[in-house]
Amino acid sequence: MGLISLFQRHRTFAHGIYPVEHKEMTADKPIRRLVFAPELVIPLAQHKGAPAVPLVKVGQEVVRGEPIACADGHFSVPMHAPATGLIRAIALAPTADGPKTPAIYLKVYHAASQAVLYDLERDVDRMTAEEVIAAVQDAGLVGLGGGAFPSHVKMRPPAGRLIETVLVNGCECEPYLTCDHRIMLEQTAALIRGIKLALKATGAKRAIIGVEDNKLDALAHLRQHLPPDLPISAQAVKTKYPQGAEKMLIKSLLRREVPAGGITADIGVAVYNVGTLAQMGELLPQGRGLIERVVTVSGPAVLQPGNFLVPIGTPVRHVLEQVGLRENLGEVILGGPMMGMAVASLDVPIIKSVSGIVALEHEDPDLAYRKVYPCIKCAECVKACPVSLNPSMLGELALARQYERMAAEFNLDQCFECGCCAYVCPSNIPLTQYFRIAKSINRDNQK
Amino acid sequence: MATIATAVGFMAALGMLLATILIVANRQLYVYEDPRIDEVEDLLPRANCGACGTAGCRPFAEMLVKGEAAPGLCTVNPKHINQLIADYLGVALGAGERRTARLACAGGKHVAFLRASYAGLSSCRAAALVAGGGKGCAWGCLGLGDCELVCEFKAIRLDRYGLPRVDESKCTACGDCVTACPKNLFSLHPVSHRLWVACQNRDPGDEGAHDCDVVCTACGRCVQDSPEGLIGIQDHLAEVDYTKNALASKVAIERCPTGAIIWIESDGRVIKGKDARKVIRKEALPLA
Repeated sequence: MGLISLFQRHRTFAHGIYPVEHKEMTADKPIRRLVFAPELVIPLAQHKGAPAVPLVKVGQEVVRGEPIACADGHFSVPMHAPATGLIRAIALAPTADGPKTPAIYLKVYHAASQAVLYDLERDVDRMTAEEVIAAVQDAGLVGLGGGAFPSHVKMRPPAGRLIETVLVNGCECEPYLTCDHRIMLEQTAALIRGIKLALKATGAKRAIIGVEDNKLDALAHLRQHLPPDLPISAQAVKTKYPQGAEKMLIKSLLRREVPAGGITADIGVAVYNVGTLAQMGELLPQGRGLIERVVTVSGPAVLQPGNFLVPIGTPVRHVLEQVGLRENLGEVILGGPMMGMAVASLDVPIIKSVSGIVALEHEDPDLAYRKVYPCIKCAECVKACPVSLNPSMLGELALARQYERMAAEFNLDQCFECGCCAYVCPSNIPLTQYFRIAKSINRDNQK
Repeated sequence: MATIATAVGFMAALGMLLATILIVANRQLYVYEDPRIDEVEDLLPRANCGACGTAGCRPFAEMLVKGEAAPGLCTVNPKHINQLIADYLGVALGAGERRTARLACAGGKHVAFLRASYAGLSSCRAAALVAGGGKGCAWGCLGLGDCELVCEFKAIRLDRYGLPRVDESKCTACGDCVTACPKNLFSLHPVSHRLWVACQNRDPGDEGAHDCDVVCTACGRCVQDSPEGLIGIQDHLAEVDYTKNALASKVAIERCPTGAIIWIESDGRVIKGKDARKVIRKEALPLA
């Protein structure tokens, strides 16, 4: 194996970085459940698009799986009760982004069952494409990789566009995270059912599963189980960050580029995370809604790291109490450490887009304050930027507060904040943070 | 000798020719500009603040001379200078009340609790992008001074508790702080709006009190005490209806238990009601 891998060149994209993976902490930990939190907080805006509209009243009893909020139009998804209990309140709740947003507070009954009590079995093989798309929306499915983009919207491309290829994103390029790895190993049947449904709904001719070559066991497992009569293949791609960004994966697997400012449907591609499709394959035949997701809980401050099936709305504090924490807890990050955000309060709930909780220790070298030096024009950031921007120049413009020029002349809007530039900068310049500020100010000015 | 004469003669002839072209061009291409524009511009503050709604003092002067605007719209000039402009142009002074920026938060470090310590770039915008900053109150001032930085008139200073203080006499109501604040806490108000709710916390009832000592708990005392319709409660927050500003008086602030509703004097002094909780704390609050 060692010698062969020397000659194997797995497909990849230009630029990017190789951060330390830290995946060994949880890669062999099977997905397990935790006990219910005493109270769940389900924000109505967990996805891109219009927030859901509550269907329940305060004081109402709900069973696990029952719809508690409906979609507000096409660009929105409904919510389902993640546990059996009582609606305590519909009020403002803290979110990981900062602003408080309306949420449903669900008091979980003591000894509530983990079994889903609300479903409607159906034969997905006999459903038409339109019915599948409607069912995907009814299930409340969104991109579970972190984007939280409503899945059914991607299935219906804008007029004049046709989806030819479905890419299944099993890269999981963020350090620490292993939930997608475990899903590929443990929920293979559901994943393949999900791919079949996605093929039917989009009308695509083929599906390709992209797996980073640090998860070759998952790749081999998938290849073993792929049905021979379906146009589904599995490909290894190079382990490199940000391989899991959809535009990078398209470049690696199809050698095609999404036009700047365009969407993947423009070149006939729809990209789905393996977690999303596994849930699709699991929920649709049973007529259930998305009420829980696999979350990797890892990091040096966690005593028992692992992959857990966590009900939506579980406070981060509850999960961390279950896995145990070391004394010197530092930052807690939702998502991976590259693109994830530190939380300001452990009371924020886990929502549909949270793929991991990474708890760092106080003396973690990544947390230490590093002095910022002037740019030495070494162009390491230019070499790292996966979308071929010039972060060095953008950084100088950000310091001069020329935000509009950054967007107009240096394509700031193409930056998807992967963090590669800041990661490689030898002067420790917080480039990504500069760009986030610039984008936020440009957004405000456009209003 | 002859060479020198030729050279001088040539240069002289060339000079005459070019001068003639310039004279003709000046006559042909002359653009008349009202000399009053310069005069008026000299009387304007030349701060180019944009408070009048134009790009700067020159465009405003042009509008004044054309009669498209009234001198009173310049709220930065003292009234008697605006009167000079009005007299010079022979127009009415026109209405235009001096405006100033007001901050809808009173939660300095000594009264507002922190839920996390933010350790990134020292900028409110940056802090707001990381989980909304370290303040317990999701709406409150982050106190890192983006407004102080963008204010070109040095009208905003952070006080010792990290709370911006607006100097009404220097503020030109240009609106830079309004756009700079990531929490949208600044708004422009005529200086006659002295009754002010210095809070944006929309948490219901006493819940906000866990985050800040000077929170508006929407108890409704100010609503009861003041003339009907002046103050209303919207989203668990007192809101002054400034169309009825003439009715406003200090009575409204008297019974406020936290001091969230205040009366701002013209010299910038903040007056709280007698019942407002006394804050004797001087140092910053520790991490909750």
